Amino acid sequence: MTIPNDIRITPELVADHGLKPDEYQKILDLIGREPTYTELGIFSAMWNEHCSYKSSKKWLKTLPTTGPRVIQGPGENAGVVDIGDGQAVVFKMESHNHPSFIEPYQGAATGVGGILRDVFTMGARPVAAMNALRFGSPDHEKTRHLVSGVVAGVGGYGNAFGVPTVGGEVEFDERYNGNILVNAFAAGLADTDKIFYSKAEGVGLPVVYLGAKTGRDGVGGATMASAEFGDDIEEKRPTVQVGDPFTEKRLLEACLELMQTGAVIAIQDMGAAGLTCSAVEMGAKGDLGIELDLDKVPVREERMTPYEMMLSESQERMLMVLHPEKEAAARAVFEKWELDFATVGVTTDDLRFRVLWQGDEVANLPIKELGDEAPEYDRPWVEPKVPTPLAADDIPQMDVADALLKLMGGHQVSSRRWVYEQYDTLIQGNSLQRPGGDAGVIRVEGHPTKGLAFSSDVTPRYCEADPYEGGKQAVAECWRNLTATGAEPLAATDNLNFGNPERPEIMGQLVHAIRGIGEACLALDFPIVSGNVSLYNETNGRGILPTPTIGGVGLLPDWSQMARIGFAAAGQVILLVGAPPARGTHLGQSIYLRDLFGRKDGPAPHVDLAHERRTGDFVRKLIRSGVVTACHDLSDGGLAVGLAEMAVASGIGATVVDINDHDPILQYFGEDQGRYLVTLNLDPQGEELTALWRDAEALGIFAPWIGTTGGSDLVLGEARAIPVAALKAAHEGWFPNYMDGKAA
Amino acid sequence: MKSAVIVFPGLNRDRDMIAALTKVSGTAPAIVWHQDADLPDVDLAVIPGGFSYGDYLRCGAIAARSPIMDKVRAHAARGGKVLGVCNGFQILIEAGLLPGALMRNMSLKFVCREVKLEVVNADTDFTRGYSKGQIIRCPVAHHDGNYFADAETIARLEGNGQVAFRYAEGTNPNGSINDIAGIFNEQKNVLGLMPHPENLIEAAHGGDDGRALFTGLLGNAA
Repeated sequence: MTIPNDIRITPELVADHGLKPDEYQKILDLIGREPTYTELGIFSAMWNEHCSYKSSKKWLKTLPTTGPRVIQGPGENAGVVDIGDGQAVVFKMESHNHPSFIEPYQGAATGVGGILRDVFTMGARPVAAMNALRFGSPDHEKTRHLVSGVVAGVGGYGNAFGVPTVGGEVEFDERYNGNILVNAFAAGLADTDKIFYSKAEGVGLPVVYLGAKTGRDGVGGATMASAEFGDDIEEKRPTVQVGDPFTEKRLLEACLELMQTGAVIAIQDMGAAGLTCSAVEMGAKGDLGIELDLDKVPVREERMTPYEMMLSESQERMLMVLHPEKEAAARAVFEKWELDFATVGVTTDDLRFRVLWQGDEVANLPIKELGDEAPEYDRPWVEPKVPTPLAADDIPQMDVADALLKLMGGHQVSSRRWVYEQYDTLIQGNSLQRPGGDAGVIRVEGHPTKGLAFSSDVTPRYCEADPYEGGKQAVAECWRNLTATGAEPLAATDNLNFGNPERPEIMGQLVHAIRGIGEACLALDFPIVSGNVSLYNETNGRGILPTPTIGGVGLLPDWSQMARIGFAAAGQVILLVGAPPARGTHLGQSIYLRDLFGRKDGPAPHVDLAHERRTGDFVRKLIRSGVVTACHDLSDGGLAVGLAEMAVASGIGATVVDINDHDPILQYFGEDQGRYLVTLNLDPQGEELTALWRDAEALGIFAPWIGTTGGSDLVLGEARAIPVAALKAAHEGWFPNYMDGKAA
Repeated sequence: MKSAVIVFPGLNRDRDMIAALTKVSGTAPAIVWHQDADLPDVDLAVIPGGFSYGDYLRCGAIAARSPIMDKVRAHAARGGKVLGVCNGFQILIEAGLLPGALMRNMSLKFVCREVKLEVVNADTDFTRGYSKGQIIRCPVAHHDGNYFADAETIARLEGNGQVAFRYAEGTNPNGSINDIAGIFNEQKNVLGLMPHPENLIEAAHGGDDGRALFTGLLGNAA
């Protein structure tokens, strides 16, 4: 069916495009006439939440985004951070939540494809990927289907493209029943003097379309991703794009080859809102107009209308502005890789965005205003209500060994092996730490000692209880996970997943989480260099848990000194660095309460950023001094789960001595922040250990010796000894059993 | 020994293979693009892993019909050595250089993990760096590595010493018949295997059990 361009613009049509009446009025004021149908589509693409950040912009501006190593902060396809020796790491995280719920395989696959494209658009070869996945309750009827489809989709795309997946998260909660989260992270390496940007420069230059052909898939995708779900969700399946990793791999090689020729002036991948967004962005950033001739756009379907071409989200496409004298050389590169190459437009000096089709001008809009004049809202918000503290004697009791076994074999803590074995974790031959530890680590190819660490973190239940502390905690935990390998955390990307911002409670969550993230990033010198906001994660009026995912990158100067989580040998001292004197005290929002007693009460744990910084810097120094044989930060499940994970990773047990007069449940399962377990190859009676404690004390860090590694059991104080083999069986068992339909 | 790596669009472990050959022999292999008219004069032609032509139609099927494969066939017929790893193994089978078929993994899922391999025949140019019966570590990463052949072919492979590697100690990751991980042609100058020895050749890989394949093939270790 062909939709004419002169279709009548009715209030219903405006509403169907996700535009509010006042927003439509703004369009009328801006252009002084009624928009054409194509123009309405262009406005809806540029002004939706996904592309314009209209609800979050005011608050995102408050985040720290600069630092001595930051080459490019937010606003480009990805952030760029200097790692020395003339090299930079280029990275970003982005959500593909809405499409993945509608069509899990393709939704997740194209999420991975999109983020990889963001990275290589900047001239970087992707070297690592991560995925933070959040699903509904394990016993919800759709969950298995979604897990299996999303994981297969992530693997299907990333494996074929050829990037190692080095880390990520998988979490379950009933609040994601109707809105799962798929947050894809990618990082690449580039030379600092060969970074490519989207800003077009020069009038009368060719605008070139590269990659795959344009089809009708994904028309209106970005607008769909900016609305809540209702019961008609299945009808939105046609808005999901279809991925082709084979084309993406060729596009990568062709782009990197083309960039070597010096032909590229500006480059922008076609992601959300495809041709519209990429063309407007390149022009607006360079203070240039763009004229596109749609008759030249390579299409794979017949009778496509300008509206469809402008809004198609067909994957694996790029737009570039090229030096005209090098156009022929550029074409040869793309023909070698059997990809489409078409000159579809030209840069102009009139600051207009003009679209021609079959001799007609179907759109003529002011290009700067399309981007810059997008509505920006200061949406009303309310102060989140923070839960009251638990009573001091409110410590539900359970046998420590039983509780630990249950948590290790539960959906929250159990091994994600079932997931990550479907991802290629070692392609490129540089993976030093694969999933299962605190952070994924790769070596920097071509450098004798340097490595990069990656971690993705957030604790949504903390964010729900207290968005401010939860925001801080997400940053701190990411920073901590990088630190636990010995890496210096460099910078982060944020992927903010929330409900409907038009509800003041949700907006309050967003505002407070961003405040927490900003404070933590500032205190930890961990700037945000890229990111993405996903709002309207709601179904029938019920929002997800606020989930500001933080993806961080750290630098290891010498990977031979990197720490891992598994105990290294028997007879080694275990220190709990950064602990309060009582080791653990905070049960509010713990998984001990939630998963063993069905309680979701109490405040989130407090994150003391100064303590976090001191402790992390101290641990990193210890690791780099060469005395640390294993290191693991404490998070879900506290000390008991931390010790169990170190034992399971190595097959070596440990014996830990209780402290007197303090409830073992708090000691072992409290989720106090800023703590690390460290094992040392030092004489317990020796001078070196005494010196270490002196240093710690001088910094105000408590680092008690809590036990010793060895044996085949984990012995936690007075509790019965648990064979490491039993912990391992519980830990490895849950996921495969669940996916086989045996457990929920 | 001189080597060449053949690259088809969609392969993605070409860089891993080039790095392994270079690190072990001290000399970079020649790179042959699938549209090149000829194979250079080399002793060893390697087809690395990946997803040539997106695994569309059938893994390896499109690449196997590419003109460069005629040159590979001629090279093998002259007694030149050919190594195919993962997708390279699939391509060699589709090209008729090795018998049997590689079906979808029994789990129907992609699998990336470390397995144990038994060196079944150490009396070849490819495997002389190992000893017969030796158990080595090696990673796998594939979706379609479930080796199958009819009973007659299997009997012939087993009888002729054409089974190169077998998954050992219960680590068969894909359901392959007789735990077969890699096979030779009858003349033992063509080897195809699913596991990735090129990803286990140095300390950074957490081990170097894969290195002996390359040292055995390329002569002196660098």
